[in-house]
Amino acid sequence: MTYNINDKGYYGEFGGAYIPEMLYPNVEELRQNYLKIMAEPSFKEEFDQLLKDYVGRPSPLYFAKRLSEKYNTKIYLKREDLNHTGAHKVNNTIGQILMAQRLGKTRIIAETGAGQHGVATATVCALMGMECIVYMGEIDIARQAPNVARMKMLGAKVVPATSGSKTLKDATNEAIRDWINNPVDTHYIIGSVVGPHPYPDMVARFQAVVSEEIKWQLKEKEGTEKPDYVIACVGGGSNAAGAYYHYLEDTDVKLIAVEAAGKGVHSGESAATSVLGKEGIIHGSKTLLMQTKDGQITEPYSISAGLDYPGVGPMHAHLYKTGRAEFVAITDDEAMSSGLELSALEGIIPAIETSHSLAVFEQKTFKPDDIVIVNLSGRGDKDLQNYIDYFKL
Amino acid sequence: MFFKTGTTNKMNRINQKLQENKKLLSIYFSAGYPNLDDTVSIIENLEKNGVDMIEIGLPFSDPLADGPTIQESSTAALKNGMTTEVLFDQLKDIRKTVTIPLIIMGYFNPMLQYGVEAFCKKCQEIGVDGLIIPDLPVDVYNEQYKATFEKYGLINVFLITPQTSNERIHFIDSISNGFIYMVSSASVTGSGSGFGNEQTDYFKRIAELNLNNPQIVGFGIKDHDTFTQATKHAKGAIIGSAFIKHLTQHGAIKIDAFTKSILKA
Ligand SMILES: Cc1ncc(COP(=O)(O)O)c(C=O)c1O
Repeated sequence: MTYNINDKGYYGEFGGAYIPEMLYPNVEELRQNYLKIMAEPSFKEEFDQLLKDYVGRPSPLYFAKRLSEKYNTKIYLKREDLNHTGAHKVNNTIGQILMAQRLGKTRIIAETGAGQHGVATATVCALMGMECIVYMGEIDIARQAPNVARMKMLGAKVVPATSGSKTLKDATNEAIRDWINNPVDTHYIIGSVVGPHPYPDMVARFQAVVSEEIKWQLKEKEGTEKPDYVIACVGGGSNAAGAYYHYLEDTDVKLIAVEAAGKGVHSGESAATSVLGKEGIIHGSKTLLMQTKDGQITEPYSISAGLDYPGVGPMHAHLYKTGRAEFVAITDDEAMSSGLELSALEGIIPAIETSHSLAVFEQKTFKPDDIVIVNLSGRGDKDLQNYIDYFKL
Repeated sequence: MFFKTGTTNKMNRINQKLQENKKLLSIYFSAGYPNLDDTVSIIENLEKNGVDMIEIGLPFSDPLADGPTIQESSTAALKNGMTTEVLFDQLKDIRKTVTIPLIIMGYFNPMLQYGVEAFCKKCQEIGVDGLIIPDLPVDVYNEQYKATFEKYGLINVFLITPQTSNERIHFIDSISNGFIYMVSSASVTGSGSGFGNEQTDYFKRIAELNLNNPQIVGFGIKDHDTFTQATKHAKGAIIGSAFIKHLTQHGAIKIDAFTKSILKA
């Protein structure tokens, strides 16, 4: 059994490319070329160079002493929040912009929820001098205003998605429609390990740098490459995929995936896909998604725009189904208080998405000598207004 | 090729219709729009007014290949209470009054949740002749579902676009047994302002491939002119968004005025 993708583009029974014929030439072109391009020495060199000099990698693996004391275990934070643009998302957009250039594309489209992926895409487009259009749900535009302003400063056009729940799912629909309408010159930079094959695999490979670094960084600090646990939040699942990637087949390393329970898993306002979802098709991929009995996709809810998505990537559906990863659901309130706690104990204000991962320590007890890695996927600057409103700061 | 479908020797209504010596007008609408119970009367009216074939849209929450008009009608239909069960129930006696081919067009997820085999079986019971499922890829259909569709005598219709390679078109032709849905341009439904040289060249290019299956053009057909242009080289044309706009304006009445404006009869 493998937990990674097979040569047909599936993780177990999940994945594939359930796309209209209009998208076939684009997706097929990418499928035929992505591994070849990623293996080219010149690609690797440029990717590594940009991650180092532009993004600021490697990101530190930080031993969180006070947090560890509080929960009586050894907690390391993988500091993706220190990346340029403030989250893990940029690892993927650097990779995909280089891919787009090699495929001869001149126009870039993207969807965004929290705005982190939109900012990361607008950033690499500015860097490469390429046209950039970002689709963003109307509701997310309102709750992530600083990121909207950043995208505009970076020269991107932000187009509101006004259908459905007006959040990430709908922004993704609009980006896909744009790609259908512009099949020749455009590359779609998907922001997570979702969408039709080869996207989940390609994005996971670009994010895999996270666990590649954790291995040698942990070796330096603890004399072992293997933590006992890796914890990451899951919207679509890209930061989790990156943090898990090099540990997928090593079952000594336990994986914990954290989903947004919103106002409570069964409150009707939740985004906890593993509990509430069923197998189906969303955005071109067979995976777990929240839907009605009739197969209509349900509108999710989370205080965190980046986790407010009714599906998970096919890798995570497989990790759930096989029991390889343990799935934990964290409510808005639990996440917010853990965000505040990290700020007070370690001087790090996390993104609300990331705050969900930290709340696991309130739910689950670890042994004193367990090494627990939390992927600190992003910083909280973009969420300041939400924290202010929530805590009446 | 024609007799390969179904368990009986009876020719599928789609194949019969394709043999008629005329250009075919096919109309798409979202079931349950503008009102939940309009479905049957819209179908009956379309037949009465000379329409050759009907695509009944099974609404979906996230119709990726559709532009705003069909999206909005789908959303409204879902709000009205349309579901797969409701649609099948509305259509249960449709063959008592309607003889033209009926095709259900919808996205794959609702069919998957209903159960693909159960869905196909129900279609056969009702007298639905074919399916168009834009997000069911050709290879998945071929490997997993072809046998089931054929067992229930259903014709699956595939799409091609101006970007589809000749090699792939020939492959799609080889696994089709009705017609090929020729998407007029690189776009979602409901866009386009008439056909230019690019489209007419494409229509001609496809006609010259001499495919086994006739082609019916869809996307961007909205009036007499575009219908005439599209059917110059193809067997027929499908109108969706323009008809839905008519329904939005007038409700499920004056359908004769709409079809007359297309056919100029
Ligand atoms: C900081 C941060 N973490 C996590 C996520 C969730 O995405 P994913 O599950 O792909 O990592 C987002 C998405 O916007 C984010 O901005």
